[in-house]
Formats: sequence, structure tokens, C-alpha cells
Amino acid sequence: MTTPAPAIELKGISKAFGPVQANKDISMSVARGTIHGIVGENGAGKSTLMSILYGFYKADRGEIFINGKPTPIPDSQAAIRAGIGMVHQHFKLVENFTVVENVILGAEDGALLTPSIAKARKLLTELSEEYGLKVDPDAIIEDLSVGHQQRVEILKQLYRHADILILDEPTGVLTPSEADQLFRILERLKEEGKTIILITHKLREIMEITDTVSVMRRGEMTNTVRTADTSPAELAEMMVGRKVLLRVEKAPAQPGDVVLKVDNLRVVRGGVERLKGVSFEIRAGEILGIAGVAGNGQTELLEVLGGMIPAQGGSVTLHNEAIDLTGKHSDGQTRRARGIGHVPEDRQDEGLIMAFEAWENVAFGYHKDPKFNSGMLMNHAAIKADCADKMARYDVRPPNPRLPARNFSGGNQQKIVVAREMDRAPDLLLVGQPTRGVDIGAIEFIHSQIIALRDQGKAILLVSVELDEIMGLSDRIAVMFDGKLMGERLPSETNENELGLLMAGVTDTRTEGAA
Amino acid sequence: MDFLTVLQILDSTVRLATPLLLACLAGLWSERAGIFDIGLEGKMLAAAFFSAAIAFTAGSVWIGLLAGIAASMVLAGLHGAASITFRGNQLISGVAINFLAAGLTVVIAQTWFQQGGRTPQLPSDARFANVELPGAATRIRDIAQQGPLGQIYSELISGHSIIVYAALLIVPLTWWALYRTRFGLRLRAVGENPAAVDTAGISVVGLRYAAVMIAGVLCGLAGAYLATALNAGFVKDMSAGRGFIALAALIFAKWRPWYALSACLLFGFFDAVGNRFQNIQLGELVVPVQFMQALPYILVVIVLAGLVGKAIPPRAGGEPYVKER
Repeated sequence: MTTPAPAIELKGISKAFGPVQANKDISMSVARGTIHGIVGENGAGKSTLMSILYGFYKADRGEIFINGKPTPIPDSQAAIRAGIGMVHQHFKLVENFTVVENVILGAEDGALLTPSIAKARKLLTELSEEYGLKVDPDAIIEDLSVGHQQRVEILKQLYRHADILILDEPTGVLTPSEADQLFRILERLKEEGKTIILITHKLREIMEITDTVSVMRRGEMTNTVRTADTSPAELAEMMVGRKVLLRVEKAPAQPGDVVLKVDNLRVVRGGVERLKGVSFEIRAGEILGIAGVAGNGQTELLEVLGGMIPAQGGSVTLHNEAIDLTGKHSDGQTRRARGIGHVPEDRQDEGLIMAFEAWENVAFGYHKDPKFNSGMLMNHAAIKADCADKMARYDVRPPNPRLPARNFSGGNQQKIVVAREMDRAPDLLLVGQPTRGVDIGAIEFIHSQIIALRDQGKAILLVSVELDEIMGLSDRIAVMFDGKLMGERLPSETNENELGLLMAGVTDTRTEGAA
Repeated sequence: MDFLTVLQILDSTVRLATPLLLACLAGLWSERAGIFDIGLEGKMLAAAFFSAAIAFTAGSVWIGLLAGIAASMVLAGLHGAASITFRGNQLISGVAINFLAAGLTVVIAQTWFQQGGRTPQLPSDARFANVELPGAATRIRDIAQQGPLGQIYSELISGHSIIVYAALLIVPLTWWALYRTRFGLRLRAVGENPAAVDTAGISVVGLRYAAVMIAGVLCGLAGAYLATALNAGFVKDMSAGRGFIALAALIFAKWRPWYALSACLLFGFFDAVGNRFQNIQLGELVVPVQFMQALPYILVVIVLAGLVGKAIPPRAGGEPYVKER
């Protein structure tokens, strides 16, 4: 080839789901052997566009060219034949199958399995050496870590001879070090001449690894630029359509009296000790951030403080008064009455009832408040008025109290929960993953609300797996590993490396971190 | 109890376990692909009726067998359409099939034969004859003369209908197909995570229909066996809950073929014992025949409650597959 054709070229792709125009006249071109990023807020149409490229949906209009040749992609089989592989955000693996079974599924060599498996095992070994993707071919998927499961997904695509690899939000489930390993693998793949499309909303990743980047907003592709020529702030502005503060602006904390004191708290769940004697305190006007890889006891910490599960030992005091951890007053409602607000980690399962309307969701937990009731009956008019008022002040869109919770976007669902829990200015606010799956614009808003509450002199316990968020918001940081706190750090005196090591259970980092 | 009596009970175990085994394997195929099937009972019943009715009319048991299988496959197709194409509730569809079969068989039987909702007694060429293996003695008097090995051969191994041998052969065949072929790998995958199959570019709908239709064929065999081999004609509700016992056996077997064989033999054994020992005299107390007939069902409950341990069904079982956005 004298002038190499682009690996992928899209011309005028449009796709509508009913009245919603998910993709509007999108054209894009990605050169062979490059990493191309696609950024955009939730619902901007990134996933739809990639699903069209992978044959999951059929475009209403438009053409796809692969290596310069017009290539219609009516189904995933055609995409695979065209050399396109996709690693979905939620892995498409059969969890109780082995690695090699998952890899050959759909790409078997014949009607009998034994020869296919033997061949795949050999090829897997070669591929894993070639690209540094070490995985045991006979391991069962559900026994593997999330990072290794993702490797299986990548191997699956390489086994199908994919030249073009689409990765949808690949780092959302990874620890920082796993994400680094993934990036090294991607760079290796790029060197081997593979073309990679990376969909993400994390601008840091775009800057770190991509060659070019396209921005999508409301179904349109608004810009395509070379990564070297742009900046995170510029990309954020292109995504949201206005200037966005990427860094949280806050004054130094002015801690007051101790609000929450947790002493030697223990929780056993499912026969496993999830909290192994956790102690800390939070003062008024201060944010304590708990960092850690998901599943190290943070969930249990929030749930036990929020009154959702009982503790097996230890004590908790709020303003020096003991909180009942096991008795009949150990429930969410009593905690809320004591002035503890709780934004749970999982807004769809614990924060909201998705089938209920916004106004009903806004009253939950506070539904016994006299102003929401008239005699024995609930005062619907009052609740709806309260909801409309909160929606206006917390910028929930669309501001319609009668809309079921599931019809709001992730960011606006979270704003409904935040409005309910923060508007009463609780003395202690428990916040879990406040911005998981939330747009940049909404992240900025929720962060500023948390800071505002702190500045009112309230105590805040922030649990997040996003290190950026922990570093940006917290006044003090504690890292949780295996049910224990690994010591505290001040954000000004630590860095992501040190926190990352603590998250992995390595404690001997003081010298490096303090330097 | 002499050796020959034990052999006779085991012989009867094999006969009674066969319809259970076929239905259980039918359920295994369907549920391994993620389609729950509580309509095994109804499919068996429909197959029992149509095999007997057509065998009687045509005078050929083989045509009867085909008719039974066809009837069962029609109901299986209905279940597939409801639960795969239209993504309905699989349990409700199964219940509907059971009711449909229970009602329709009796109504059609009454219309065709006017014998109170049953088919006429089948003549011998409309029934499956017992296959006498070479060298086996057939008369009880001759068998009693043989040594133990000869008795096992003549009484237990020889002298069953062809469907019994076919059912026993389908066990290793099912195992082989599920665990050693591409089709089996894909079928098991679709019962665990259909999204993985879909993204691999394979048709989820096609695989699930294939599984449901295989279940239809096996239920058809089971039903035909009931009416044209185990009995000589169709009577109302003759499947007598075997479809549900087969489901219990499937859970007991944790959805695995060889375990399914053991579970069905166990339940068949309960049945055989119940049939053999009626009105047992224990001193003054007479155990009523009704109790002995209920015994297999009681034992099924005890086995399921006490012995199963943790049975994990295929993970996508019961859920219609919808492409996610």
C-alpha cells in the first residue's frame, strides 16, 4: 500500500431509537495502528455508535469502510469477519466456563470440541506471551480477578484475528495498577499494528494513551483533534458545551468538635469478617475520604453506619452519644432522625425505587415528617411541591416530579438522591460513590454541594473507588484494605502511587510518600 | 426375599424409570439452554394420547410413535414461541401447556373413540413388543432354572421395549453432545450467559429453539412409551405427575446427564417397591395400598428436601434474552 487507507471510516451514520436521535450524521476516520479515543457524557451516543460498528444495531443511514473497502455490517458475525473485536464494559463471558472455552465460543474449528480446545490452548499460550497477557487457559472465569477477566476478553478478540479493537469504558472496574497494565497491553497491541478505539469518560486516560480523540455531544460528533494539541479542560468544555471546573475548589477545612467517633467496629457478613476492628473519627466541617478497591469493607462500613446491617462488635458515637448498632432502633429511619444522611453506593438498588416517581423517591426515609402528612394520610401536594423545589435547586433535569426514577439519566438520578439526603443538612453525611456513572457536569455540581455542606460545619464520610475524587474532596484520607484502615494521610502529603500501594495492602510506604 | 424377586423389582425399576428418564433429559436439554420447562407433563400426556390413538387407527406402533413425537413437538414449539420469540413467562407458558394437554387429550379421545376419554385397548401390533435378547429365557419357569448371571441377563437386561434401550443410550449421547461438541458448548453457554453467545455472533434464538425442540422429541418418546409400551392404551391423566417427578430428578441431578440417570433409577425404584408391596401386614397393622402408592411421591419430597444440597440452576434460566442497549 502506498497511501494506507484508514482502518475505519464512518460516513454519515445516523441511528434513531423511536423519537430519540442517538447518532446524527456521524463521520469519523481512524488511521491504522493508532489509538483513538471517543469521549462524551452519558447518553451522548458513544456506545450506540460502537454497537453499530460491531453489528449489534443497524444504522438507519450511513456507510462503514474498513481498510478503504465499503463493508456493510448487518450483524456481529460480519463485524468479526471484518476484523473488528469489541470488549464490552460489562464482560460477555460465561462465568462458570474455563478461559479456553470462553475464547473458542463462536470461533470453534469444527463440530467436535477436543481438537478446537487443543489448538486454542496452544494459540493462547503464544498470544499471551506475544502481548504480555498472562492467563491460565484452564482457569474458571469467576475465579479470576476483574483485570484478568478483561484480559480474557482481549484474548478472545485476538483469537478471532481482530485488527480493530473497541474497548468500552475498560478501566471503570479496574484498580489503578490494573489500568496501568491494561494501557501497557494496549500500547503493545498498537505497536503490533492493531487499531484501537477507546471509549471513556476519564479525560486523564485519553491524554495518557490516545493519539487522536473525538468528542461526542447529544448524538453528534462535535470535534476530532490530535491528543497532543488539546488539554483536559478543553475536552471537558467540548463535551459539556460550557467551561467546566475539573478541580474541586475549596478553602482549607476548619474542623470543629468530633461529630462521629467509631471505635473498633466489626461486621461479619455471610460468615466472613468484613470489618475487622475499624476506628476513626470525623470532626465538624471536615471530609474524611475512604479510598480502596471495591469489596474491602467500604460497603459494609457505610451500611452499618447507615443502619442497614447490624454490627458484631465495637461502638459508634454521634456527638458523644452512643448509637444503637444491633437493637431495634438500628435502622435507617432512626439514623436519619438522629441527623445522619446517607447517599448509598448503589443508587438504583438502595437509593431509589426505580419504578416510583421522583416525588415519591424524594420523600423516602423522611415520609413521617409532619409536613409531608396531614393526619393519617400523606400530603401528596406538599411532597410534590417539596420535590419541585428540590429539583429546581439541585438542577435535576427534566424537573418533572411525576417522572419515574428510571427515566432520569444516571447523573440526574444521583441528584435526586443527593437532594433528598443533603437538603436537610444532616450533622453527618455518609456518601458512597457519589459520582459513579455520572456526567462531568453533574460531577462538578455534586462535588460543590458536598463542599458546601462541609463549609456549613457538617461532618462527611466519603467512600469512593475513584482516587481523583478522594484526592480532590477529602481533608483527610484513609485507605481501606481487607476490612481494616491502613492509616491516614493528608491529601497534600500523599500521592496516587502511595495510595495505590496502600490499596493493595502494602503499608511500608511512609518514606516514599512523605518525600 | 429371594434373588429373583429382587431382580423382578429391579426389572420393574428400569421400566418405570424410563419415562422419568426421558422426561428428565428433555428438561435437561431445555433448561441447560436457559428455558425452564414445567410443561414436561403436558407434552408427555399429549404424546401418550396421540401415539395410542394413531397407533390404534393406523395399526402400527411406529406411526403412533411419530404422531406422539409430533404432538409433543407442537407443544414444545408453542412453549418456544411464548418464551423465546415473545419473551413471555416460561413458568406460565409451561402451566398453560399442562392444562391444555390435560383437557384436550380427554376431549379428543371422547370425540374419536367414545369410550369415556380413553383410547381402546391396543392390539399387540399397535404396541411395542419386548425385545428378547439372544439366548435369554422368557418364561419365568425357565429363568428360575438359570444361575444368577443368567437370571440377571434374562430377567433384568433382556425383555424390555426398544424405547427402554433407546433411553439408556440417550444418556451418554446427551453427555457427549453437551460436553464434547460445539453445539453443546454453545447450548450450555446460552443457558449461562446469552449475551456472551450473542456478541460471539451466534443466534441465541436459534440455539434455544433447538434445545426446546429436542426436549419435545424426548417428551414425545416418554409419552409414547407410557401409552404403547408400559400400558396398552391411553387413559385420562396417565402421566400421573411423572413430568414433575422428572423435574425433581433434574434438580436432584443438578442438571447433569449421568446423575439424571441415577436420580431417575432411584425414583423408579421407589415406584417399583410401591407397586410390588401393596397391603403389607405388619402384625395387627395393615399398611394401606394408598400409602404404598403415595410412597414414591413422599420419598421424592424427602430426597429433594434432605439430600440435594446446593443445586445451582443454569444462570440465565427463566429469563428471556433481550439485547441490552
